[in-house]
Amino acid sequence: MNNSIEIYNLKKSFNTVKALDNLMLTVEQGGFYGLIGPDGAGKTTLMRIITALLLPDSGSIMVGGLNPVKDYKELRLKLGYMPGRFSLYQDLTVEENLSFFAKVFDTSIEENYHLIAPVYSQIEPFKNRRAGKLSGGMKQKLALSCALIHKPEILILDEPTTGVDAVSRRDFWEMLSQIRENGITILVSTPYMEEAVLCDKISLMFDGKIINSGTPTEITSKFKEKIFILKTLHLREILKIARQMPELKSVNSFGQNLHLVVRDNLVEITEIESFIKKSCDYDFKIEPYQAGIEDCFIDYLESVENV
Amino acid sequence: MSEDNIIEVENLVKKFGNFTANDNLTFTVKKSEIFGFLGANGAGKTTAIKILCGILFPTSGNVIVAGFDIYKERNIIKQNIGYMSQGFSLYEDLTVKENIEFYAGIYGVKRKEIKIRLDELVDKLQIHDLKNKFVKDLPLGWKQKIAFSVAIFHKPKIVFLDEPTSGVDPITRRQFWDLIYEAVESGITVFVTTHYMDEAEYCDRISIMVDGKIDAMGTPTELKTMYKAKNMDEVFVKLARKQTEEIK
Amino acid sequence: MKRFRAFLNKEFLHIFRDVRTMMILFLIPVFQVLIFGYVIKNEVKDAKVAVLDFSGDAMTAALVSKLDAANDIEIVKTFSSYDQIEASFRANEIKAAIVFENNFAEKFNSKKTVDLQIILDASDPNLANLLNSYISAIANNYAQDKNIGAAKINVSVEPRMLYNENLSSAYMFVPGTMALILMVITALMSSISIVKEKEMGTMEILLVSPLKPIQIIFGKLAPYAILSIINAVSIIIIGNLIFGVPVLGSPLLLLFVSFVFILMALSLGLLVSNIANSQQVAMFISMFGLLLPTMLLSGFIFPIKNMPLALQYFSYIIPAKYFLTALKSIMLKGLGISYIWKEVTILILMTIAFIGISIKKFKIRLDS
Repeated sequence: MNNSIEIYNLKKSFNTVKALDNLMLTVEQGGFYGLIGPDGAGKTTLMRIITALLLPDSGSIMVGGLNPVKDYKELRLKLGYMPGRFSLYQDLTVEENLSFFAKVFDTSIEENYHLIAPVYSQIEPFKNRRAGKLSGGMKQKLALSCALIHKPEILILDEPTTGVDAVSRRDFWEMLSQIRENGITILVSTPYMEEAVLCDKISLMFDGKIINSGTPTEITSKFKEKIFILKTLHLREILKIARQMPELKSVNSFGQNLHLVVRDNLVEITEIESFIKKSCDYDFKIEPYQAGIEDCFIDYLESVENV
Repeated sequence: MSEDNIIEVENLVKKFGNFTANDNLTFTVKKSEIFGFLGANGAGKTTAIKILCGILFPTSGNVIVAGFDIYKERNIIKQNIGYMSQGFSLYEDLTVKENIEFYAGIYGVKRKEIKIRLDELVDKLQIHDLKNKFVKDLPLGWKQKIAFSVAIFHKPKIVFLDEPTSGVDPITRRQFWDLIYEAVESGITVFVTTHYMDEAEYCDRISIMVDGKIDAMGTPTELKTMYKAKNMDEVFVKLARKQTEEIK
Repeated sequence: MKRFRAFLNKEFLHIFRDVRTMMILFLIPVFQVLIFGYVIKNEVKDAKVAVLDFSGDAMTAALVSKLDAANDIEIVKTFSSYDQIEASFRANEIKAAIVFENNFAEKFNSKKTVDLQIILDASDPNLANLLNSYISAIANNYAQDKNIGAAKINVSVEPRMLYNENLSSAYMFVPGTMALILMVITALMSSISIVKEKEMGTMEILLVSPLKPIQIIFGKLAPYAILSIINAVSIIIIGNLIFGVPVLGSPLLLLFVSFVFILMALSLGLLVSNIANSQQVAMFISMFGLLLPTMLLSGFIFPIKNMPLALQYFSYIIPAKYFLTALKSIMLKGLGISYIWKEVTILILMTIAFIGISIKKFKIRLDS
């Protein structure tokens, strides 16, 4: 079998709350897989079941050819896990943290140094500093080094970039691409919609379900509606006007621009332009656009809300 | 203090031991604008916000918030500001209504007034069926929207928002910003931090902090022109790269 | 084994890096012994004692003056009948009374055993016991000085108020403090250190690692076991050197019994950490569930015999009660294992039970 993770009809509830609802997921060996969704989508629960920290209510699951419910002991040798909170010993130094996790897995920093080098070399100058005194970005790098030090087959990262600034996030994703070069399967979750484009496959998660899966281009090409981008310096004003137009399914701000989704391909650029110009004389420009992952997510959420 | 400014910070320095969290900050925030306060983790944003809210004294420098001096009049300042963070917002074991009544109460809003504003808020947010639910039973998106409404319930002059949309789904995030726009239209100044770069574009003016200093400040358009960047994300990256190169 | 060593190493780093933990581990025990010791010592100073002398000869007079000359005893009254003693006790004028039988000197000189009775106010067992040993010591010294063959002064003790007939809490503060401190350090500190990992989220990583639950458990407990032994030894040494609390029995046996008690306390700490999810809860349970009973119901501060019957029964499940009995027997009575095997067995059984439950309940996952 060349799948690292195979999940079929997985269910998990906490009291009355359905955290995972008939979830299916396949991650290929050596794959770089992203789980994207807001808080409360069930990402953490899913990762905890994969790492054998939680038991599923029903469904089948195989991780690295093993069943986390039964074979959790062997599985632990194969897994690297970085939980949502940076779980380090604040009172130990960078090096002490790393060497502790190395020894726990019966290895040493030297043995697998090549593996963590792209990450660890950046914090190595501070190796005698207590982990509690590191900045957020540095803590994150140390946590990743600790999760990698035993050369896991599968690396599970639960929202490693949440609350981290945009630049550190970018660096982090680049480090992950480097790590996968070593053949390590990576499953990573994030609430930031657009940053997972580096993954070769992603799943969008919401309300305990996977609402869309595939390569990033597969997902965005599934977006069948016509979508336009509107550029203007008067974002707020034009947003209000465009939302009045019944032929537009949704109008949302995306940074400095608006994304306009047309209902059933009813209208073209010119018709939208004239609609807006009726109500204001601000400058704006509308162009065709290729939907992004966040557009797909919003489209799904809106379709659910309207049901 | 100029008429147009609601926050004036001059040469603000805050040291913890020999660590300088805020290194000679000087900036102003104008009335009724959305001021984006961006920066990497550990750049000193939280420290600066704590000083502006009057819960931390600066080491040196002048700080005027809502026309009051941070050293002498911080109790008056507290009456004039609202605060919301991603970490702590509402009491989970109280209902939405109880939370609102509690916060309005500690800010001295009169009981009659509370009732009126509460009804308005319930209508505006369409939360008739949510208002008697415990906060812990609400989805995160609603918690954040309600927390914001609570933070501006006493009609402060300024509201400080510390990563208010962290982890929130993309629709709720936009709804949240609709609420921010609405608050600004009613005359409230919004001081906000975020890690979503698209949200940086929604601000009227932005300051970017790196290592305790303000590295760049201006409208999103100005900053994009200055750094020859397509969007704020690029501005941010260029700034941070410049910083690391300088260190090297 | 390498894994376990790495874990142990980490635990010691945690302990040595935290000033507060170090204080609780090493300063507080010393202070507690010193405070208890001095409080009790101060009370002994100039204890008021009365004399009822049925003999009235030169020998009894000499003994009385010897007693009066002793630092901590002051002879305040001389009575002529038991009734007067009783009255004086009730008026709280005296802490003890000494009764010489008639013809004291004559019997002694004819190489017989003479009776000297000490009547004590047993409501204050520590003081009563100290007085008892002082007076006995002085009388015996006197007898030895006289050196008249087989003649002996037989000191008999009669406690009044019947609170604590055999004055079992002699020098109780050392065994008592030891029980208390070992409980604090082992149960409280170890449970907090386990719960801290849950709070910090590091437990998640440990659970996902190949460390076995048993390695995590023992890695957490072992440092505290070692430090507790050091503490137990230093308490005994301080008690002995500064306050003269004797260790009459085998020091090895004493260490063994202490170690059994430490294991028991650790297993209790483990149990607490299974229940508690935050450091506050762990602290709360340890304080009210473990420390208070150890202090109040073990016979350390209040004699068990004075308690209401319900509490007396309850005291049977307080481990410290058995520990105190065993300690007292070894330290103060010089008894061997054959006298305290029951207590030791009970402690061992308790330990096995607690550890069994804990290991069974130790969560290898985050729920269920």
